[in-house]
Amino acid sequence: MSTTLPDQRAAPVPSPPAVIGPGPTLHRVSARRPIVVALGALVGAVLLGVSMGPADVSFSATLRVLVAHIPLLHFHSGVSRIDSNILWQIRLPRVVLGGLVGAMLAGGGAAFQGVFRNPLADPYLLGVAAGAGLGATAVIVAGPHLSELLPLAAFAGAVGAVTLTYLIGATVGRQGATASIVLAGVAVAALLTAIQTFLQQQHAQDLQAVYGWILGSLTVATWSDVVLILPYVAVSAVVLLAHRRLLDVLRVGEDEADSLGVRSSRVRITVVAAATLGTAAAVAVSGLIGFVGIIVPHTVRLTTNASYRVVVPVSMIGGAAFLILADVAARTVLAPSEIPIGVVTAFVGAPFFLFVLRSRRVGRST
Amino acid sequence: MITLDTVSVSFGGFRALTDVAEQVGSGEWVGIIGANGAGKTTLLRAVAGLVGHGGEILVDGTAVSSSPPKRLARLVAYVPQQPELPPDMTVGHYVLLGRTPHIGYFASETSEDRRICAELLDSLDLAAMAPRRLATLSGGELQRLVLARALAQQAPVVLLDEPTSALDLGRRVEALELVDALRRERGLTVLSALHDLTLAGQFADRLMLLADGRVVATGKPDEVLTEDSLTQYFGTSVRVMRSEDGDLVVVPQRAR
Repeated sequence: MSTTLPDQRAAPVPSPPAVIGPGPTLHRVSARRPIVVALGALVGAVLLGVSMGPADVSFSATLRVLVAHIPLLHFHSGVSRIDSNILWQIRLPRVVLGGLVGAMLAGGGAAFQGVFRNPLADPYLLGVAAGAGLGATAVIVAGPHLSELLPLAAFAGAVGAVTLTYLIGATVGRQGATASIVLAGVAVAALLTAIQTFLQQQHAQDLQAVYGWILGSLTVATWSDVVLILPYVAVSAVVLLAHRRLLDVLRVGEDEADSLGVRSSRVRITVVAAATLGTAAAVAVSGLIGFVGIIVPHTVRLTTNASYRVVVPVSMIGGAAFLILADVAARTVLAPSEIPIGVVTAFVGAPFFLFVLRSRRVGRST
Repeated sequence: MITLDTVSVSFGGFRALTDVAEQVGSGEWVGIIGANGAGKTTLLRAVAGLVGHGGEILVDGTAVSSSPPKRLARLVAYVPQQPELPPDMTVGHYVLLGRTPHIGYFASETSEDRRICAELLDSLDLAAMAPRRLATLSGGELQRLVLARALAQQAPVVLLDEPTSALDLGRRVEALELVDALRRERGLTVLSALHDLTLAGQFADRLMLLADGRVVATGKPDEVLTEDSLTQYFGTSVRVMRSEDGDLVVVPQRAR
């Protein structure tokens, strides 16, 4: 050892390439920072969501109950069983469900805007809302003995409506042409909404129940709802995330994407199917919560570099945080009564979105 | 490099191309000229595999009709007349899209892909613009950027549809000079629709005159750019003159 040291000093190794200077390269398209920020917002939203409510449970008790449920930790919270149950059986499932629904609606919205290259596309574009609304209304007017079937009927209605849209769009237009699919979606939605309205008018006594469902709510959320939609949301999220780079390729249009070796119509149908499945599951347990699918992805787009590699994951995390916060507002502002969560998302989301849009424009023009 | 054998394309009942036969040699620049609607764009789209065709198109021995899209995209880069340019996409990110044929379905770019694109931006004088959004670039810069994306595919054949139509006179010559320099430097085969006949005559090795979806003349520029055939197929009186340097100059004439 000691004999080689002086040699090294006398004849230093040639400078490594890094010292000469690396060749030019481009930065990796990174979503790390926006994801960290969104995750921070999500953690804050979850803590706020579980600690807010009519029962007075202290924040430290909330934290202790959460920690006590971490497996293998054997931590005893020392919180009373009633408080513990309020947190674990009432508030937490509601927060988790809100997060899943928000993530799905925002991620689905981002994906739909990508495949249809239309900033106004949301996951309801192809008839999900109208189909789910019809399914739910049919079950509600059929009588309370069928109420167990409501999520299933809404889910089936949503998936059925989008399938119908795709079949009609594919037969009337050039194979896979987006314009004819979107127009078919408008027609299918109008038709199903007409049937739904008719059913609703025929059963005026159920009007409030139907209307309440349509405006969306997480009021009766339980762990079984979470378990019910989790597989759909998980599969959908994985598929959407896997396609985020291809959604960027689609931004240059079908022709150019095809010339780059992408089968754009196949990508589109895969993404639409995945987003529809997840959205239909979300809608089945939460009702028709609007605006999330448009506001969240656009906010992400306007505040980051607009690549789908950022927009898809950050919209999912941000959508979860946004809907949890909207639900906190929905159940606390007029407590003990609740505001429909769809009203909150629109009332809070629309001005916030305008604010982001405006500040971004001002920032850009300088 | 490109073999067209009795190529036909129909849209419904309309025949856009009929029995087009041509050979384009490796490293050659062949210009496609013809009136609007003659089939120039359709021919390029057929070679790019974007429209189905009858007959046979071979690129480097590979049949376009049966080639998987990804494999074809490694052989042929296509630049449409009006490329879609998402205004809020960054320059660096746009060029990286050109690497798509080399990236797996669910994978993302490697450092090698990023290095290739950075070098291209550098050689096309766009390196400083990498973080900028497309909306902030001028027409000439965008034209170079679109070329950079096509070159990022590292395909031996480049198809250009009217690459200069959006540019002013100076930028047109500049853009075509750039294509020519890149072609020589990288040994590319170029097939391009060109609407400026004078520039077509100066830059292309050979020209192919299309009329109503058929090849009506093909050969060296001075064999194709004749007053008779241009007058006949462009539907207006045309003078073809020689400049002092010997270049062909095509001048449309006003009917008197």
